[in-house]
Amino acid sequence: MPEIHNYTLNFGPQHPAAHGVLRLMLEMDGEVIQRADPHIGLLHRATEKLAESKPYNQSIGYMDRLDYVSMMCNEHSYCLAMEKLLGIEVPERAQYIRVMFDEITRLLNHLLWIGAHGLDVGAMTIFLYAFREREDLMDLYEAVSGARLHATYYRPGGVNRDLPDAMPQFLPSKWRSQKEVDRLNETRSGSMLDFIEDFTKRFPGYVDEYETLLTDNRIWKQRLVDIGIVTPERALQLGFTGPMLRGSGIEWDLRKKQPYEVYDKLDFDIPVGTNGDSYDRYLVRMEEMRQSNRIIKQCVDWLRANPGPVMADDLKVAPPKREAMKADMESLIHHFKLFTEGFCLPEGEAYSAVEHPKGEFGIYLVSDGANKPYRLKIRAPGFAHLSALDEMSRGHMLADVVAIIGTQDIVFGEIDR
Amino acid sequence: MKLMKHYLKSFLFLELAKGLSVTLRYLFARKITIQYPEEKTPISPRFRGLHAQRRYANGEERCIACKLCEAVCPALAITIDVVEREDGTRRTSRYDIDLFKCIYCGFCEEACPVDAIVETDIFEYHFEQRGEQIMTKDKLLAVGDKYEDHIAECKAADAPYR
Repeated sequence: MPEIHNYTLNFGPQHPAAHGVLRLMLEMDGEVIQRADPHIGLLHRATEKLAESKPYNQSIGYMDRLDYVSMMCNEHSYCLAMEKLLGIEVPERAQYIRVMFDEITRLLNHLLWIGAHGLDVGAMTIFLYAFREREDLMDLYEAVSGARLHATYYRPGGVNRDLPDAMPQFLPSKWRSQKEVDRLNETRSGSMLDFIEDFTKRFPGYVDEYETLLTDNRIWKQRLVDIGIVTPERALQLGFTGPMLRGSGIEWDLRKKQPYEVYDKLDFDIPVGTNGDSYDRYLVRMEEMRQSNRIIKQCVDWLRANPGPVMADDLKVAPPKREAMKADMESLIHHFKLFTEGFCLPEGEAYSAVEHPKGEFGIYLVSDGANKPYRLKIRAPGFAHLSALDEMSRGHMLADVVAIIGTQDIVFGEIDR
Repeated sequence: MKLMKHYLKSFLFLELAKGLSVTLRYLFARKITIQYPEEKTPISPRFRGLHAQRRYANGEERCIACKLCEAVCPALAITIDVVEREDGTRRTSRYDIDLFKCIYCGFCEEACPVDAIVETDIFEYHFEQRGEQIMTKDKLLAVGDKYEDHIAECKAADAPYR
């Protein structure tokens, strides 16, 4: 009788189901996984080291590129760390704008996740529907910051610019009559806040559609129920955060447990799962989208009623208004100083974490008093999740590995950083 | 009864039919796609795309070679050489932006004290040969001259917020 050996399967880094550049060495016994060994580092760009060589404010743009599907949340964590060391107060309006965009980012992230996860597991339509909504949200990103993905919008002390009073409009073309263009522009006729409010009204209906397509679908359930079960104890030991932890039934959310910005003034619930399998994590994320929608609605109402500054009134950190810069010598000096040297943080260290769509995203900043960080450490939630891939996939079939990668919501920008 | 319901559900493919009804509805719904490139999605005046250098209305270039953009550029994409012109003003003899290095963060535009370097909303451009990605001063000024009206419009729309 021939001896049967385990064989090793190389999964990725170019595999369409291996999100980004994940490379897995899978030790298989037939079609059953014996060991999954993730090889990472293919997207390493040395962000931490890079930040050590440039003034604090110049690294904001690189934070976007960590987890490149939840850009503003990364920036938020970095800005919070700087603000903690600087000890400056952020205007309330800026805090609301940040919270609103954090939640918009969460929607962006979860929409991409549901699309990609569906695609991995074999549902094509959901991908198209999710991207339809992402389009509106990315238009919001573009309207405030000028970029659809890498926003560079948050700044230490607030946000770069206030929300615009008008949304960009569709223009007539040979394909569309004026009437049709007017119909397309209907939601864009008011201010940006009107556009967001209109979106929050439509969005729960869209989530219902996704759920109609997936939640009860027998194929979806066959692929997700009881796949990659993590017990609550194990989830804690493995360092899980975010929906991965909540899917296992532990109610832990930094927005509630260590409220930052204005989350303590907002009304929202934390969904938790019961079984800790992929299906529960799917349900948790779907509910999170509805809760995010609630938060956005509250922020819109507040922002509409309370105009005000969106940047701290501290010329050592925030650039002066352009008009002032052009007319006033002292402002001009501050302007030059800020854009050449940046600002110095007092000696010390700070850790700030935000509830990123994927979990706890933290920035640990050590300052030696210079205008550059002495050390910047990024705590990426995806890294801890990927480390547990071996444990989660052991004993499952090859096809389930894809479902588990999907449920972990792996993005390589943050894991490799 | 519960068992009956369960079997009925699984044999009638109810949940699949419900899902298909959603997709069927969208089959006949109004399409949301647009006919790019004949028509385009709306572009914000804040959009950060291809760079341009602007001139004053009298044709004089705005850039005074203060090198703020060079200093603030996180990707070190901008290279500037300075000369003193015959009339004694300070100008650039070389102003290169490497578009492969550029991360389109918009800091150069924010830093510029004379609104010389701007990021336009042009996002459709390509290179055919090596070296073309370097936007020299001439190229930047050419873009600026060509689209000056539109650039001025966009910057005016965004001016109250800056």
